[in-house]
Amino acid sequence: MTIKINICNLDKHFGSGLRATHALQDVNLAIESGEFVTLVGASGCGKSTLLRTIGGLEEYATGDIYCNGEMVDGPGPDRAMVFQSYSLYPWLTVIDNIKFCRRLNHHRNDTTSHDVEVAMGRAEALIALMGLGHVAHAYPSELSGGMQQRVAIARALMAKPDVLLMDEPFGALDAQTREVMHDLIRHVHRLEKTTIVFVTHDVEEAIYLGQRVVVMAPRPGRIDSIIDIPFGQEREQELKLDPAFTAVKRQILNRIRETSGIKTDLEQLKKLTAINQM
Amino acid sequence: MLTHVFQRVLRSYSPNYSSLAPDSPSASGEAGASSSKVAVSMSGLSRNRRSPWAVRGELSRRTVLTLALIGFVVPLIAWNFLALSGWVDPVFLPSPLDVLRRCCDWFLDEDLLGDIGISTMRVFGGFVASAVLALPIAVLIGNYAPIRALLEPLTDFSRYLPAVAFIPLIMLWVGIDEDAKISVIFLGTFFQMVLMLAEDIARVPHAQIEAAQTMGATGEELIKHVLLPAARPAMLDTLRITMGWAWTYLVVAELVAANSGLGFAILKAQRFLQTDKIFTGILLIGLVGLLTDQGFRWLSRLCFPWKKF
Repeated sequence: MTIKINICNLDKHFGSGLRATHALQDVNLAIESGEFVTLVGASGCGKSTLLRTIGGLEEYATGDIYCNGEMVDGPGPDRAMVFQSYSLYPWLTVIDNIKFCRRLNHHRNDTTSHDVEVAMGRAEALIALMGLGHVAHAYPSELSGGMQQRVAIARALMAKPDVLLMDEPFGALDAQTREVMHDLIRHVHRLEKTTIVFVTHDVEEAIYLGQRVVVMAPRPGRIDSIIDIPFGQEREQELKLDPAFTAVKRQILNRIRETSGIKTDLEQLKKLTAINQM
Repeated sequence: MLTHVFQRVLRSYSPNYSSLAPDSPSASGEAGASSSKVAVSMSGLSRNRRSPWAVRGELSRRTVLTLALIGFVVPLIAWNFLALSGWVDPVFLPSPLDVLRRCCDWFLDEDLLGDIGISTMRVFGGFVASAVLALPIAVLIGNYAPIRALLEPLTDFSRYLPAVAFIPLIMLWVGIDEDAKISVIFLGTFFQMVLMLAEDIARVPHAQIEAAQTMGATGEELIKHVLLPAARPAMLDTLRITMGWAWTYLVVAELVAANSGLGFAILKAQRFLQTDKIFTGILLIGLVGLLTDQGFRWLSRLCFPWKKF
């Protein structure tokens, strides 16, 4: 298996002097081609920062990030990103949003009308894949949150990126829609075989979706542990109720609680309520 | 028909009323936006109903229209009553009927349409000159940090320079032709326009820009395919607002050796203390301004079918 993304000794600070925060400390991570990796952790652990740095949107001075063997220096179509919300273009219909990358010179490699046909076909295929057929000519403002995120994912996939970076894409959706989106993104991953790096604060989501879960901790932002998920490629919603699943979930939650000070908060709370009951 | 137009105008000013119109579905489901479903219990009384006077109270559509109509008609009647009562000197307060009469005289004897026409041309001239210059500068200021750092402080300061005080300078530099009047209106609108347009561009959501960047867009492509289309509705709204200001500068502009126009007529009427003509002139400017405002709103609805107005 080839390494798609290689992160070596990445170190990053925000701000300077007294108010500097250590956003990422000595991050080392190798992501294989076609892998689905999830980053999970409490607020402030640097998971979004790490994702955005890979995406070229945050600067880094110490360490190296390589994608496809090339040094990451700025955003690019090889690393497409899906944001949590407000990223769709409201003046374009769903299908025009998806086909947006065709307006950029970078993608106009058409030499024959066959190329155009292929591109149009891909747009139609993505619409079918994401279940957007009945809203292809609607505007984003007419769609629900879940549908909007489907469009965002389809748009990101249109240019056939090497890596799909997803920054808490289902965070703004309700639980039922999220379940549907989980199975949808797994389906997409199976078919497109894109490398996916997925950031979430929801441990269940991280385990259900990922082949490997990278648990991160805050202050300073760092990788705490990397857990291989043993559940194979075929997964169903029922898995979330499986004891083995719950065991992994418990393990990860403990790590998160311990490293982010939530454990001390919970103990404090217990002490306070115990005193009040006396 | 008239109530429909009235309703439309009203709706364009108050977003709160938009949900009360029959043809706009409350798809957003915001709290308190829909007053169409009023719960009725078994006894026929509705519970938890907000009184109109509660904070964020609710009114039926008919009540809203009635009140709005009253809001116009009652002051009109009061004005008429006050003027006819004789308590106030008719020179100080001409009656609505006097104003109407003067308006008809103006139309029939004194080329009212010509005055409206030339005033409109002046306002539009200054406005268009302002917009043509302001748009590219605003795009530069809005997008490029170095240009913003360079130009914004100066532009911000220039907003406070009084256009009226420039009149003698304009007469020296430009003369006393139409150009001079257009220059006054230009000065009155340009600086605000640049800054507001730049702000519209700066307010495009970050995620939209970053999404395009991660699709491989270059700087130029970002401006052309994301920033400008995204900022367009806000920019058209800015133009609508600054057009309103341009109208208020009309009288100032026509101080510069005008011999026709609504502002000129007001200034001439001042000299002869024809307050009814002053009233008429002011109201007419307001009316034409309102028409152009509605024109902009209509244009917005036409150009941006995807936007919920």
